[in-house]
Amino acid sequence: MSKRRPYVRPMDGWWRKNPYFVEYMIHEGTALFVAAYAAVLLFGLLRLAQGEAAWNGWLLALKSPWSIGFHLLALAAIGYHAYTWFKIMPRTMPPVIVGGKRLSAWAITGSGLAAAGIASLALFALVWGMAR
Amino acid sequence: MPEQQKIIEIEVLRYNPETDQVPHPQVFEVPFTDDMSVLQGVQYIKDYLDGSLSFRWSCRMAICGSCGMMINGEPNLSCQTFLRDYYPGRVRVEALAHFPIERDLVIGMEGFIEKLESIQPYIIPKEARTLAQGEYLQTPAQLAAYEQFSSCINCLLCYAACPQFGLNKDFVGPAALTLLHRYNVDSRDGGQAARMELVNAEEGVFNCTAVGYCSEVCPKHVDPANAVNLNKTNSAMDYFLRFLAPKGGAK
Repeated sequence: MSKRRPYVRPMDGWWRKNPYFVEYMIHEGTALFVAAYAAVLLFGLLRLAQGEAAWNGWLLALKSPWSIGFHLLALAAIGYHAYTWFKIMPRTMPPVIVGGKRLSAWAITGSGLAAAGIASLALFALVWGMAR
Repeated sequence: MPEQQKIIEIEVLRYNPETDQVPHPQVFEVPFTDDMSVLQGVQYIKDYLDGSLSFRWSCRMAICGSCGMMINGEPNLSCQTFLRDYYPGRVRVEALAHFPIERDLVIGMEGFIEKLESIQPYIIPKEARTLAQGEYLQTPAQLAAYEQFSSCINCLLCYAACPQFGLNKDFVGPAALTLLHRYNVDSRDGGQAARMELVNAEEGVFNCTAVGYCSEVCPKHVDPANAVNLNKTNSAMDYFLRFLAPKGGAK
């Protein structure tokens, strides 16, 4: 008779066992802030459809200290999410060959972050210009 | 004058299927020198302290892929990890995570072997060739397409680094999917259609959530996360092209 009795270790709390997994969970968790911010914007659209009074009420609500606090927190969380998103990007792409050489992972991450930064600034400048 | 002998504590997760219900740690005090690997530390235990300790090893130079263990919670080849880097702390060694423990540091790897077979890890010729036609010729670019992915030594560190495999044993997993990719992108191979069924399957690439730790721990810089994620794109292409040119199903 076989004496084999393989022991299967439980996976409970797996993400706390390695700092890499903790970082992964934070990275995934910050996506909730992206969703929450989208919900705030969609709610604004709904209020706009309901008329001027509703729209102005939504604008006023945005000026509350709670709302400003949430937006600052969301900005930090979404910024971190963007950073980790571009950090993993080289692993998800086919090799990029430039001048016969493979582009390094950091060049890809850096380009992604730069593109995101420039796009954000351009959008900010556009909205700023429209609001003035 | 000889240097004073240094002693390091090695904590091993022991499991004897004939006597133990659950694994338990056991600490050994091992004299060591700065050139000793964790594998040599474990070998010292077997030779001088407890002959019943079980573990796999062969080449001692990060080629064979036999001696993978969790070392202080991280998957690594014990032959390329040095005791001096942990001294004066304790080194904790444990069988590779996410695999069943057969005994002490030995894991059961039948599941992986079955997956390896399932991806048909060999060149399936596009058309029959005779010996008289000579060897296949490849350009450097054709070689570069798969070379990195062919460096896998089946050490299974990537599986021990993959929580998705830990949570779902059916996931084909990083190394097998990487080897699948290695053959699919080989210019000599014609087996892509058959292998795509496994890529697209429930247990295929979409189990991966891009944790990326597999590529961090790979001792051969194979970058399995890259191979798996490239095949998410390939799978999506395969799905949409199916509407244009119907072919086989998914497993």
